[in-house]
Parts: sequence; C-alpha cells; structure tokens
Amino acid sequence: MENKDLKYYAKVHSVESFGTVDGPGIRFVLFLQGCHLECKYCHNRDTWDINSGSYKSLDEIFDKIMNYKNYIYPNGGVTVTGGEPLLQVKFIYELFNKLKKENIHTCIDTSGMFPLTNDIKKVLSITDLVLLDIKHIDDNKCKQLVGKSNKLELEFAQYLSDNNIDMWIRQVIIPGITDNEEDLLNLKDFISSLNTVKKIELLPYHNMGKFKWERLGLKYELENIRSANSEDIKKAKRVLGIT
Amino acid sequence: MKFDEWNGFQKGDWESEINVRDFIQRNYTPYEGDSSFLAGTTEKTERLWNKVLDLYKEEHSSQGSVLDIDTKTISTVSSHDAGYIDKDIEEIVGLQTDSPLKRAIMPFGGIRIVEKSCEAYGKKVDEKVDEIFHKYRKTHNDGVFSAYTPDIRAARSSHLITGLPDGYGRGRIIGDYRRVALYGVDILIEEKKKDLDILNVDEITEEVIRQREEISEQIKALNELKLMASKYGFDIAKPAKNSKEAVQWLYFGYLGAIKDQNGAAMSIGRTSTFLDIYFERDLKNGTLTETQVQEIVDHFVMKLRMVRFLRTPEYNELFSGDPVWVTESIGGMGIDGRTLVTKNSFRILHTLENLGPAPEPNLTVLWSTRLPEGFKKYTTALSIKTSSIQYENDDIMRVHLGDDYGIACCVSPMKIGKQMQFFGARANLAKALLYAINGGRDELSGKQVTPKFQPITSEYLDYDEVMEKFDQMMDYVSKIYIKALNIIHYMHDKYSYEALEMALHDRDVYRTMACGIAGLSVVADSLSAIKYSKVKVIRDETGLATSYEVEGDYPKFGNDDNRVDDIAVYIVKTFINKLRRHQTYRNSVHTLSILTITSNVVYGKSTGCTPDRKTCWISIWAWSKSTSWKRSKWCLSCYEFCCKITF
Repeated sequence: MENKDLKYYAKVHSVESFGTVDGPGIRFVLFLQGCHLECKYCHNRDTWDINSGSYKSLDEIFDKIMNYKNYIYPNGGVTVTGGEPLLQVKFIYELFNKLKKENIHTCIDTSGMFPLTNDIKKVLSITDLVLLDIKHIDDNKCKQLVGKSNKLELEFAQYLSDNNIDMWIRQVIIPGITDNEEDLLNLKDFISSLNTVKKIELLPYHNMGKFKWERLGLKYELENIRSANSEDIKKAKRVLGIT
Repeated sequence: MKFDEWNGFQKGDWESEINVRDFIQRNYTPYEGDSSFLAGTTEKTERLWNKVLDLYKEEHSSQGSVLDIDTKTISTVSSHDAGYIDKDIEEIVGLQTDSPLKRAIMPFGGIRIVEKSCEAYGKKVDEKVDEIFHKYRKTHNDGVFSAYTPDIRAARSSHLITGLPDGYGRGRIIGDYRRVALYGVDILIEEKKKDLDILNVDEITEEVIRQREEISEQIKALNELKLMASKYGFDIAKPAKNSKEAVQWLYFGYLGAIKDQNGAAMSIGRTSTFLDIYFERDLKNGTLTETQVQEIVDHFVMKLRMVRFLRTPEYNELFSGDPVWVTESIGGMGIDGRTLVTKNSFRILHTLENLGPAPEPNLTVLWSTRLPEGFKKYTTALSIKTSSIQYENDDIMRVHLGDDYGIACCVSPMKIGKQMQFFGARANLAKALLYAINGGRDELSGKQVTPKFQPITSEYLDYDEVMEKFDQMMDYVSKIYIKALNIIHYMHDKYSYEALEMALHDRDVYRTMACGIAGLSVVADSLSAIKYSKVKVIRDETGLATSYEVEGDYPKFGNDDNRVDDIAVYIVKTFINKLRRHQTYRNSVHTLSILTITSNVVYGKSTGCTPDRKTCWISIWAWSKSTSWKRSKWCLSCYEFCCKITF
C-alpha cells in the first residue's frame, strides 16, 4: 500500500447513497476494497484485491455522508461493507466516532472471520448493528466454500452476544450447498444460543455477480448451481422457524 | 349565518365569513392509528365498478380510445341533461355529459382544436356550433393570435418557447369545492354580491370594471351550478346536511368546473380531511357505518376516475397520455402541530385497494417527517403495492403556504381558494443555448428566429464567450416569454374565464406567473463540457453550428458534483431574475419551475444537437431530469440538486 495514514484514509470500492437492503432504513453504504476470504459465490469479486480501488480521505467520506444526513437520519444510517470492512478497522473507528457525534446509526456488514483484536473491539463498541454473514455452520463445508474455518466467526458472534451488541444473522441460501436441513437446524441451534440476534435474513443466492469474475478473467466455480427461488427460501425459513 | 345543517359543529369565524380552514381546524379529528378500521367494498360498489370496467373496455376498443363525443352541445356548467352509470346504485351522481365517458366539446378555448379533435376520432362538430364560433363568438385561441407579435410567433414555431396554453385550456386553478358543501350555493352568491358592493367605488378603473364583470360571471356560474344539481334532483342552495350530501355537493362543484373547462390540469384540492368531519358526525350519531362511509368514498372516487376531456392526439403526445390531473392532496401537518391526517385520508387511499390501482385521481400525500407512523406505514405499503401515490414535501411547502394549500397538476402548490396560477409552460433553454452559439439562427431550420446576434465563429467553444452570449439570449427569451404569457392569460380571462372555479375563490386572489424551463440538465451538461473539456463545433456550409464533438470527460449533472450543479443553479437564478424584469399580466408573481417531466419528449425532438452531445443520439430520454436520473451514479445526487435551489 501507499504511504497513507490508514486512520484517515480508506481504500474504497464504491458508495451507494440510497441503500435499502443493508440494515434498517435508508442507508449510505460504503463499500471498502479488499477481502481475505474467497467465497465461491461472491457477487462482488472485484472487491477482493486490496490493491485496486482508490483512496478516499476520512473528511471526504464524512462530508459526503453529511450531505445526505436528511435522508439517513434518524431512521436509517451508515453501513460499511465490502469486501471485508474490518480489514480497515482503524479507519472505521475514526469514521464511526464522527458519525456517533452526529447520532447517526452505524452498521458493519462482516463475515466476522477475525480474531477479536483490541482494534476490532473498539470499533464494535461504537457499532449499533452488525450484519453477520454466517458463511456455513458446518466447518468443513465452510472451508470448501470460502477457504476458511468458521471458528472465528462463531466466536465473533458469541462476542457480540456477550457484549450486548445487536446483530442480524445473514445466511446466503445456495441450493444444495447451504440449504441442507441438518445444517440449517444446527444454524438454528447456534442462533438460539445468542442473545442479541434481532433478525435473521436469508439471502437467495443469485449468479448476477458472475460477469464480474469473467471480466477479471477468472473461472466462476458455481457455474452449475442454480439461483435460489422463493420456494428454497420458504423451505429454509420453515426449518429455521422464522417468517 | 345559522343553519340546522351545522348542528354538532364547533362554532367559529367560519360561520360569519367564508373560511373553510377555520371550519376544518375547529372540527376535524386527527387520526393517529393504523389502517385496521378500513372496510372493503359493498355488493353495490362491486356491481357499479364492474359496469365502469365494462365501459372502460368499450372505450378502449373505440377509435382513439374515445367512446363517444357530444358534438352538438356547447359544454357549460349546466349544459347537459343528467347522466348516470346506473342510477339505482350510484351513491354519488353526476357526469360531464348525459352518458358515461361521452366527451363534451368546449369551444371557448378554441374552435379549431375542437374540430381537429372530433375529426381525429371520426366525428364532426355540429354545423350550428361551427357557425357560432366561426361567425359570432371569438375564442381564447383567436384572441391570442390576434395579439401575438411576429417575434413571439417565430419563437413559438421554432419551439424556443413551447407548450404554451394558447390553444388549450390553461387549467391549474383549484376551486374551493368544499365551500359548496359547507355553505350551500346561496350563501356563496350572497358573499359575491357583497364583493360587488365593495367594488362599487367612485373611480371605475379598468381593473374595477374587469373585476365587477368577473364577479357577475361568477354569480351567473353559481346559479348555473344550482340548475345543474337540480337536474339530478338536488337543491344545493343550502349547506349539505349529512356526509353523503357533503360529498355530493362538493362533487357537483367540481363537476361544474370540468363541464366548464378543459384545463391542462383540473385538480380537486384538499378535500378528504374536510369530508372526514361530516363522516365523523354521522358515525357518531349512528346514521352511517364504516362500510357505508367507504362506499360513498369509493363511489366518489369512481366519478373522479371517469373524468374525460376531448383532446387532440398531439395534445396527448405532448402530455404523454391523456391526463386530467385530478389531484387530491392528502394529509400533511397543521401549523399548530396536529396532524391533518384523518380516517378519511386512509379511506381515499384505500380506494386503490377496493377499486384497484389507477392514475386518477392523482392521490398526493403531503409528506412530513412528523406524520403519524400508522399513516406512513399504510401509504408506503400501498405505494409498493400499487405504485399509484405521489408524495410531496409538506415540511417545505407548509412554511410558505400554511396548512390549507393543495397541489394543482403535479407540482404546483397553492392556497385553496386564495391563490391561482397562470400556467406558463416552458422556455426551451437548451435551444436558447444553441441560438447563443448560432447568433439566433435555428440549428435545425437555419432560419433567423431572434434578431441577429453575432454568432460564435471559433473552432472550439470558449466558456466565457458562450456564457456572455447565452446571457444575452436569455435576456431575449425572457422578454418574449413574458410577452407571450401576458397575451395568453389576458385572452384566457377574456374569452374563456373560469367563472365557476373563480366563484369558489376569495375576491382578491394571489396570482403567480408560472414560468418553466425545459432542458436544464442538457444546458448544464453542455456548459460543463465547454468549461471542463474541449468542445469542437461542426458547422455546415452556411456557417451554422449543427453538431459538436467533445474531447475529454466533464462533470455531469445529477451526480452531486458542484462543478456542474453550480452552473445549473446559476442558470435558474439568472433566468428567474431576467423574467422578473418584465411586468406581468395582473401583477402576477413570477415563479420558475424546473421540473419538466411532461413535455420533454416533444421538445427533445425539436431541438438539435447540443454541446454535451447527448441529444444527438438519445432522442427521448436524453431530456429532462429522467436523463440525469438514468445516468446518475447515485440516486440521491439528483435529490441533492433540488436542495441547492430554494423553494
């Protein structure tokens, strides 16, 4: 990386000024560049490489957000996603600090596949909501699917629960991969052991991100997997006992 | 004043003067709950609505989707006999002609347009009518063209100013139809007579003469309104005594207006909370159930869905359809902090569920961050379900207009019964920019449209030079534009005066001259291209700039980029200030609209390539906000631009 103070600069992939699907209300969504996972179903493959994207300063991003305060306050807020946003944890801490001074709701969309460092704990202390994407409840399948064990993310979830930090659990429903009944029942058990889960969101897998892999000259491994439909979601919801 | 019909209402100023707002404020019941109280359709409603749906089908399969035209009867407030869909089951009655969806002719705006319309749908105007309007009775359209100057004609035919209401009704006037229900027509006539008395002054100036004549016309129209209602078996001389009468009286008021005027927007005002007061009184005294109340509202809305005007195919093209703009403004907040949402705000929206989605009436929610949660939830859920609700910002408008304003057409707010607008269509500033470059020659026809200015002759456009010439061209356009509008509205008042609508206004109304801009985003992008990249001019053999080449990238409008948004703001401010230099008819106050949804399709076709190189290849959508919307990176950046211009 270049010589930038990573407290005050972020590698940004893009922003969305009117996000309505990543957290409550209307949200300013900041997509940070870079990810340490290799999810086969990733629909933002272009966010992985930490060397692409562009540097934006804290002030620049904060000013942009404040331009839109009327829209995102008080019912919406700011969601930082990626890529994996926690790779740029020092920046998020500075940004959230400023946002909290304006009473703006803060949210992180993460895999939680991190050791709980002090930096991360500091950020979580000023995070109103974590969208925690459980990659796979079965550790072996998780390794195959995203290249990493799920141990850290389950610990991460436990930490949120123990420290009274709200979370929405997200599970991408990929037909034949994450919708196995036994796995879903295990997921259900895990979720019910947590105290601060406010919502469970099932995200139907789709292949609309495929072109991004192809554009980067990469092979899309889930070629033969179909998109999840409303039946798949209904079924999974039944197993999880949610509406 | 004292009427038994007012029993149970809180007393107030409204009893001794025409003051509907006072009546509402003292009597309405704010509703903060949810939608669970709402009732579905009755068997009668189902039957009636099915009949209307059959009529729609029949209409749709007719030539040009016009079911029938009454080519004989010159439409006035009381011209036609009573018409029904099914007399026995209609809770609310009254049609524009003697038969449902049959269109009326309104030649006072212009006989030729009526003839053209009839011909387009395979009909011919009755000879007698033709004779009257060709031989004996001058129309608005005749009046305008007898006064238009050559420079206006040139600007008009080259579409430099465009969409002008010189051949069709201007609309955009909202009668306070609630007055008919609350006071009955006789009191309204009495009050108008008092106004005449006030205008019995020593100095009979032109202004006084005009006003006295207009008020006399208003009184005549009110008498006609009574006559029209009597054809349906109602005496509306006295106030409405119950809910059903209140809706019926109010609707008669509106019906009179749409029988009298084929205006470019015939909005109904802000009626639902007013009517709620009557419904609450009847629900309380047990004479109505919620189901019956909803039935009345459903039947009322059915009538509003059946409003039809005779228009030419060209008109429909200009307005992308055949809109009536029966805009009903719903909800909002009162200046005392109470919400103006009532149960009836829910009921009128609920018609979208009971009768299904529809573009008319144009249900417009006056949105405030402080609206009750239950209402917010209901309207937004309904929007998702039906896509049939328009929202406008009450928090901004209330500051300027108080809490009894309504929207005319789509975006023109006015105090009900106290304010009106002279609709001014648009000046095509994109064309003005091209004229600035071409010294006033039209880029498509090559004709000299404006007086000769020095054209730009350099190969590449220089921002300062273009701006200087554009400024001069805006001077010229603003002058021609106001000249044209003054003539149009003078003649409209003279030959096609909206007597009934104005009878439902106070004596002295606040008038605005509602100017508009077409092509703002195109101008902003063009100037941005000239400023931030290099724009090469392509000229034909006569030296006329007909196309442009852009070298390099430039900031584009609609992306919350101040480099270009500031240019747009500058143009808006400059242009309105130039308009303000010109005196307006009846001292109306200049306003400037930049929302140009309706007619850009047409203007886009009549304007050549612009220096942003957009209009050359995108024929339609390159125009208007929708363009910048489409290529906008961030949706909010478009909204944000609106914040940069003051209301």
